[in-house]
Amino acid sequence: MKKNEVPQDDANMLEGKFKEPCYAIDENGKYTTVGSVGWEAKNIIMQDAWDEVDQRIEKVKQQVISGYFSPIAYYMEKNLMDVKILAAYVGLWRFKVKRHLKMKHFDKLNDEILAKYAETFDIELTILKNKELN
Amino acid sequence: MNVIFEHNQAAHCENGVTSNLFKYYGLSLSEPMIFGIGSGLFFAYLPFLKVNHIPVTTFRPLPGFIFKRAAKRLGFDIKRKRFSNPDKAMLELDKKLEQGIPVGMLVGVYHLTYFPKPYRFHFNAHNLVVYGKEDGNYLISDPIMETPTKLTYKELRRVRYARGVFAPKGHMYWAEKLPEKINLKEAIVKGIVQTAKSMLRIPFPMFGIKGIKYLAEQVRKYPQKLGENKAAQYLGQIVRSQEEIGTGGAGFRFMFAAFLQEASEILKQQSLHHLSMEMTEIGDLWREFAVETARIVKKRSSLENPYDGVANLLLTIAERERKVFQELLKIKNINP
Repeated sequence: MKKNEVPQDDANMLEGKFKEPCYAIDENGKYTTVGSVGWEAKNIIMQDAWDEVDQRIEKVKQQVISGYFSPIAYYMEKNLMDVKILAAYVGLWRFKVKRHLKMKHFDKLNDEILAKYAETFDIELTILKNKELN
Repeated sequence: MNVIFEHNQAAHCENGVTSNLFKYYGLSLSEPMIFGIGSGLFFAYLPFLKVNHIPVTTFRPLPGFIFKRAAKRLGFDIKRKRFSNPDKAMLELDKKLEQGIPVGMLVGVYHLTYFPKPYRFHFNAHNLVVYGKEDGNYLISDPIMETPTKLTYKELRRVRYARGVFAPKGHMYWAEKLPEKINLKEAIVKGIVQTAKSMLRIPFPMFGIKGIKYLAEQVRKYPQKLGENKAAQYLGQIVRSQEEIGTGGAGFRFMFAAFLQEASEILKQQSLHHLSMEMTEIGDLWREFAVETARIVKKRSSLENPYDGVANLLLTIAERERKVFQELLKIKNINP
């Protein structure tokens, strides 16, 4: 890739926080780095992956509203976690976390356990208790 | 005591931390040099290892390898420590900072507040350097950023104790002084030869050139095996590892070409310059693979059989890379 070919297709993926260095060759054939704000091909693929995540979150949300899954399942998806990661954060066995994803088990959980989840998800305990889905 | 720490942005965090730390001790090497000496170029397709339900493709060795190899080949004595107790991990860090020692560490990306959101997922092998403390905040040199930044005690503690795959467990590392004698030429040759070996000689189908060919044949079968949606996701994930995670473009191929260019001057071997140019062209092919994949994801491919098209492109890449690495395998330090 030549220096002047380094793409600058901004889709706000970097939120203006920095430019990503790309290696490219200059007029004299020497390698150098050029900061890039983005590349269309990459933007499309990243956007597609995030759309997929959003769809998964929306699906779980509907299943929480219908009373099958618990708010923990919703916040787990929203925080891009799976049972393995979530169990590691709250310090519980995976099979227990799996159970807590169902509304019928969630309703029986005490504040102590719920507080662990709330802390992991960075939300107030009351939000979790009131089953608010933000 | 706060030290004067020169921060340089890098494409990849591990190279960047290594380069910045070595520079602090008086050894100034570019990112591609660190990357090449540390044998950072690699390929593996691991269908049995899934993250987010999608097989892992990687263009680099396991986290920590580049740093470890580069440090060893240049003669740095590196100390490392992990802690089961987070309070102790923070206390030990403070002690090192008081002694004026910049400390490298592994952290999770998900809770790094200064990261752009589209890049924040549960990836736990990100590297940064803590080089001081100011008003209770830690001074951070994160190679991803253009300038140094800061984290609070709470924020730093949290990312040091991220959970999940590769949980860092407070892992920190530091060097205490510049090695007495550095044999740069020897280090470069070792780096090149090991890269060539791991691309050509690992006797399993998932690694190196064999891995790219294996991936090509899998990609060919994706649409029948997975259906249109999932096939596009699988393919997209390959490009994400290739372009998203600080590779400097084309799955580190351009960075490696930059390394070969620098190496050809230091070792005074013209053949390396030609191989660098060939690697640049191969990098362009990887970029073409990404463009074609984006078209497939958008359902806008103009190819008659899009998956066959990208599979064939991968086979072409594999064949051209094989030739480069066979040449690189013969590199010797002829002008010591």
